[in-house]
Amino acid sequence: MNTVNQREFLKAADARLLEANTPSCDILDVPASEPLRLDCDRLLAPFRVAYKTYGALNGAKSNAILIAHALTMDQYVASENPVTGKPGWWENMVGPGKPIDTDRFFVICANILGGCMGSTGPASINPATGKPWGLDFPVITIGDMVDAQVRLIDHLGIGELFCVIGGSMGGMQVLEWASRHKERVFSAMPIATAAWHSSQNIAFHEVGRQAVMADPEWAQGRYLELGREPRNGLAVARMAAHITYLSEEALHHKFGRNLQDRDTKTFSFNADFQVESYLRHQGSTFVDRFDANCYLYITRAMDYFDLAAEHGDVLANAFKGTKTRFCVVSFTSDWLYPTRESREIVQALNAVAANVSFVEVESDKGHDAFLLDEPELSAAVRGFLNAAAGKRGLEPARETR
Amino acid sequence: MLAPAASATARVDHLLIAEMVAAGSRVLDVGCGDGALLQLLSDTKNVDGRGIEVSRDRVNACVARGLSVIQGDADRDLADYPDGAFDYAILSLTIQATRQPKPVLEQLLRIGRRAIVSFPNFGHWQVRAQLLFTGRMPVTENLPDAWYVSPNAHLCTIKDFANLCRVIDARVERSVAFNAWGRRLGTWVPLTMHNLLGEKAVFMLTRSQPY
Repeated sequence: MNTVNQREFLKAADARLLEANTPSCDILDVPASEPLRLDCDRLLAPFRVAYKTYGALNGAKSNAILIAHALTMDQYVASENPVTGKPGWWENMVGPGKPIDTDRFFVICANILGGCMGSTGPASINPATGKPWGLDFPVITIGDMVDAQVRLIDHLGIGELFCVIGGSMGGMQVLEWASRHKERVFSAMPIATAAWHSSQNIAFHEVGRQAVMADPEWAQGRYLELGREPRNGLAVARMAAHITYLSEEALHHKFGRNLQDRDTKTFSFNADFQVESYLRHQGSTFVDRFDANCYLYITRAMDYFDLAAEHGDVLANAFKGTKTRFCVVSFTSDWLYPTRESREIVQALNAVAANVSFVEVESDKGHDAFLLDEPELSAAVRGFLNAAAGKRGLEPARETR
Repeated sequence: MLAPAASATARVDHLLIAEMVAAGSRVLDVGCGDGALLQLLSDTKNVDGRGIEVSRDRVNACVARGLSVIQGDADRDLADYPDGAFDYAILSLTIQATRQPKPVLEQLLRIGRRAIVSFPNFGHWQVRAQLLFTGRMPVTENLPDAWYVSPNAHLCTIKDFANLCRVIDARVERSVAFNAWGRRLGTWVPLTMHNLLGEKAVFMLTRSQPY
């Protein structure tokens, strides 16, 4: 790395480390006296939940929507990300007059436990040692993430969430909320997700983790205290993962076999093809905003997720007695969380006669479709929330803009 | 009574079903199409309604208008529901398009305390006349598709359906037939005449035996 690049890197890393420890958003600091009992049976305290809110909580506190974010997302749903300077990751869905209408709903999004945008995670300073947690951080689960969010919802004085919405790993949190805390979830929208992580998905995650750990800069997870960074390893992990978020069709349409800024093959290992150049770019921008150890921990949490196993191998048991209204959404070209897996959730909900809608959106964008402007998804979110709001006795929507 | 606005536009068989269904009950509409019946039941009877529909586009349109509908089909997906999950399980002009009407009807009676089934009557005089005089499969307003594109794999007459109810030991609580002008045939009219003059029929069934 030359000095200019190095300086750029340090600047990016600084912004990131700054956000991991002093986030530029609201925070809840849970004191040492109120530890979180993790699924691994360790106690975590003190810990911090960094969160953003949009819109206003009504007097009855009945209009709160919790958005659960995916693996590499964060709490900046509908506002500028302080590390990347980019707009929020779900601006097409969340905002005034949008399907998740902040004129109407109080939207909460917290950085997950184990994340690197201000909630306690491997990149945070461990108060016991004054050093970054690194691999001393306990292995967490989706359930632990949800339990940390429960503390936040308690802190905000909200008894029942009007809706919990999330895609991908966010959808896993939605399912966990609807199972562990059913009496606190009026409606739930798990999108592009599954009730357990498939063997294939665990396999992809393992490739990513091995790429990180094979990078000598990872330094057994102690890179932060040594002032190093496993950039190459994390970039490779991201490149591999990114392929799984797209579809063969989407890749073909976007890049085909087109060459990148050249007319002929170079007979080298440069990024001759556009798709290579694209993936390298995805890898390097990701490294600027994400922490490698966080990537290990969060992918692990997803791998461990199996809602059926938590309930005697019968998924329906997870939802027994539920009064929550559900809307399950999948995408035709999503091969990471295929429709089949959403249908299993629907079947389990039907088995307990739950109120469930199920929409399969036609899209060639693969798993990433849930983040993109898909009109059928927007219509489903809007329609489902409107109907649920009616049942919850919330004021009807004003005319859509 | 139904609100006048609702009754002005709704289908006659839907209005009859809305009359049969108790207010505030749990309803499953199998083959709910564009959700018109669910919407009617929700608006006029405040039911807790769910739908199953085979067409993805129609499902998405239903959910966008706020109805609880899943993509699925009667032959495959009814088995998922527990016994007695609904007060009414409705199969509206759909049974003739199922692959296996008998198991579907049995499932309907298992998951609903009552089943309401409507179907086009293949015993209607127009249908009989067309077959008799033209020697070809009938195409009527009620059965608009040519045989080679029709989704209707298992058409039946009112008498056939009544017989199926006996075969599966279902009790007919009520049966109503509509003539070609959407008028209900009086209950004093014998079944044979229903079968001749009725264009559509609606049956409300219960199980004779507990499951």
